[in-house]
Amino acid sequence: MMRFLLIAAAVIAIYFLPAGLKNYGIYIVTLWSVYVIAGMGLNLTVGYAGQISLGQAAFWGIGAYTTAIALKAGLPFLAALPLAALLCFGVGLLLGFPALRVQHHYLAFATLGFNILVYLVLRNEDWLTGGSFGINNIAEPTLLGWRISRPLDFFQFTWIATVAMGVLMALLLRSPWGRAFAALRDNPIRAESVGIDTTFYTLLAFAIGAAYAGVAGAFFACLVGFIEPAPFGVNTSLSMLLMVIAGGSGRFFGPAIGAMIVVLIPEWLRFAAEWYLAIFGVMIVVMMVWLPGGILSLPERLRGAK
Amino acid sequence: MTALLDVQAMQKAYGAIRAVDGVSFSVASGEILGVIGPNGSGKTTLFNAILGQVLPSAGSVAFEGHDVTGSKPLHLARRGIGRTFQSLQVFGKLSVRDNLIAAGQEFGTGKFARLFAAPEAGLGPRAEEIIALFRIGHVAHLPAGSLSYGQQKLVDIAMAFMSRPRLVLLDEPCAGVNPALIDQLTELLRRLNREAGTTFIVIEHNMDFVMNLCSRVICMAQGRILAEGPPAEVQANRAVLEAYLGA
Amino acid sequence: MTDFLQLIVSGTATGACYALAALGFTLLWQASGTINFALGEMVMLPAFIMLFFIGPAGLPLPLAFAATLVVSLIILGAGFKRLVVDPMIRHGVIPLVIATLGLSIALKQTVRIVYSAQVYTFPSIFSETLLSLGGAKLSVSDVGTVVIAGGLVLALQAFLNGTLTGRAMQAVAQNRDAAVVLGINAERMVLYAFLVNAGLAATTALLVTPVYLAKFDMGDTLGLKAFYAAIIGGFNNSRGALLGGILVGVLENLVGAYISPGYKEGVALLLFLGVILFKPEGLLGKAEERKV
Ligand SMILES: Nc1ncnc2c1ncn2[C@@H]1O[C@H](COP(=O)(O)OP(=O)(O)O)[C@@H](O)[C@H]1O
Ligand SMILES: [Mg+2]
Repeated sequence: MMRFLLIAAAVIAIYFLPAGLKNYGIYIVTLWSVYVIAGMGLNLTVGYAGQISLGQAAFWGIGAYTTAIALKAGLPFLAALPLAALLCFGVGLLLGFPALRVQHHYLAFATLGFNILVYLVLRNEDWLTGGSFGINNIAEPTLLGWRISRPLDFFQFTWIATVAMGVLMALLLRSPWGRAFAALRDNPIRAESVGIDTTFYTLLAFAIGAAYAGVAGAFFACLVGFIEPAPFGVNTSLSMLLMVIAGGSGRFFGPAIGAMIVVLIPEWLRFAAEWYLAIFGVMIVVMMVWLPGGILSLPERLRGAK
Repeated sequence: MTALLDVQAMQKAYGAIRAVDGVSFSVASGEILGVIGPNGSGKTTLFNAILGQVLPSAGSVAFEGHDVTGSKPLHLARRGIGRTFQSLQVFGKLSVRDNLIAAGQEFGTGKFARLFAAPEAGLGPRAEEIIALFRIGHVAHLPAGSLSYGQQKLVDIAMAFMSRPRLVLLDEPCAGVNPALIDQLTELLRRLNREAGTTFIVIEHNMDFVMNLCSRVICMAQGRILAEGPPAEVQANRAVLEAYLGA
Repeated sequence: MTDFLQLIVSGTATGACYALAALGFTLLWQASGTINFALGEMVMLPAFIMLFFIGPAGLPLPLAFAATLVVSLIILGAGFKRLVVDPMIRHGVIPLVIATLGLSIALKQTVRIVYSAQVYTFPSIFSETLLSLGGAKLSVSDVGTVVIAGGLVLALQAFLNGTLTGRAMQAVAQNRDAAVVLGINAERMVLYAFLVNAGLAATTALLVTPVYLAKFDMGDTLGLKAFYAAIIGGFNNSRGALLGGILVGVLENLVGAYISPGYKEGVALLLFLGVILFKPEGLLGKAEERKV
């Protein structure tokens, strides 16, 4: 109960907090919120179901482009959003098939390869994606006739969606499916022997994770108003994985913490000017050496050290 | 009356090694069959070939009159065959209680119904029953991976019973378990056999356990059946003694 | 037709370099289960170290290479193992993936700051003459690269199969516990694998940088191609890496010239996805059956 109240307070505080920020600050917080959605999906695939995915940014891109193209075609945002999610769900299902055959490094590179393939399509198929010029002037979303154009409004809209996606994820993880995902992660052979259809759950872990990235992509497209292939490359997938691991993979609030690391720390490190990415890289190495379970494993780690 | 499980001319070869080399036997409903034999004689491989964990090179398996040769472990589980493994195989990060529910939740209703089912899928009472039966109540809330070896072994065995299987295959259930627990386990299996009518095939090196529990014993050596019969008879068999002494 | 031959030869040369890097990657994986995402940077860094020895330090190329080799073995071989891999390996694959990723960012960005994002030319160990072969013009550097890289791969294979140390390294890769029981110093064999990886990376730098040119992000594509080559050819076979590398190099050249330059980078990828789906053990690899 205490826990529930704390979470509710945090959710409300974050809803109102950015009101005091300038537009750039609001943009950063909105970006964080978008990353949290994509990260929750990846956390399902990686942290709960025990798969490896280095292709989350590809789904993020598919979601963003689908939304941009649908909005250009005159569809309302509330129609484009499920379209993006559904398309990503379908493609994610397909990406699950290699995972049935291979594991570990093979799976890492299969998903990474998939990401590059999607990137190449985004860059080369001008007729659909605008090639390296991308798609600009993406419409602001409209909800029941209300046009969301102020940055703060758009943040609050994104945040409500993030919380809703979080609630759905929590329900999924509490359901028997959540237990089946964990069983798949902990011991696939044992899982099969007690009747758990590991094929089905592997595919679904990828597909649901991808659908979350698709939703994140839809919000991202509207946030930036202009999309090009660059943000959807392998580097972003790696950041997203970093986000999940650094926050604490297989922990519900891991992606929210991890997204802060990925979005906010580079901002804070700006004082270091050109050195900031190098410092960031070293921080990642140090953190993985010292705290491989992620930030949320810190309390256990401290307790264990005593 | 047809046998519950019927294995014919089972073979499994790994390259030149014939781990199982033409094994035939059948088990009647309600029996407790023991499988003994020196290490490397092919007992585990026989289980794996029966249970679809590895594809048999030749031979057939029938369960309740249906041909299930090469069926996937998943389908055999759904048909009512449970198993335990020689090495520990629990879901390490899940609690003991969740391990049990995970082992029972995929039977019955369809997958999509389960997405909307209550978190415990209605299996709370069944889990409590099994927890009481195996006397693991004091650790039920702990992650299974954090328990001692013997406790994990009990959880591993308990999981096989969640779905009320008609046949359970146990691979060395007593290995690494302390003597007091072995007596408890003997009692438990006998009771499940008597009250729920569960049929067992048990691989075990502990001869007291086998003599106490089994109604019939098969001894394997080098992938084949060396002797078969009532426990006392097999134990007294010269060929069996020689196989164990490494003749 | 002569174009075609030239494309094949230069593709083979590039591919042979992919193969060298790929080989280091498979060695590390086999010896210690390390997936090294900083592989490309482990080629990029020696290139810049060599530039330093040639430029400010004024050494001739062969000496600069020798000095670079020593530095690489110490930093990218032993140092990498001690400081990054050893503390993390027991936590499984993913933390190490992330850490090597962080390492790759750090190395890339440090070089970018020290040397700027500029492109540097790099001296070749080969002369710039062209060989004439039945009307086709082949560059000495392409042919030389193939000879050196191919020779190294074969020499390494001979070492792994023909010497006691090489066999011990393979034994550790296959079954560490059994190797330890047999009295093999597993820790030392794993260290050798890291050293060989560093040596291969430095050599790759020597061979590719004249063509790729030295730039802080030159490792990005190189690392990726090397991963693909390793998986396409087969992980448990050093000739597999050579085959995979050359296949990728040649096909890229052909697709770039005859089909679409835009999808040149996609070739390795499609080949790779095909292999993963239909023959995950790689073209020359042996399937391993999983044990319960
Ligand atoms: N996956 C495998 N690959 C190769 N050989 C195997 C494999 N599994 C088992 N074997 C071999 O099959 C034989 C029988 O092993 P196993 O069935 O485990 O014996 P047991 O359970 O009776 O001790 C042994 O010689 C073992 O080495
Ligand atoms: Mg056995």
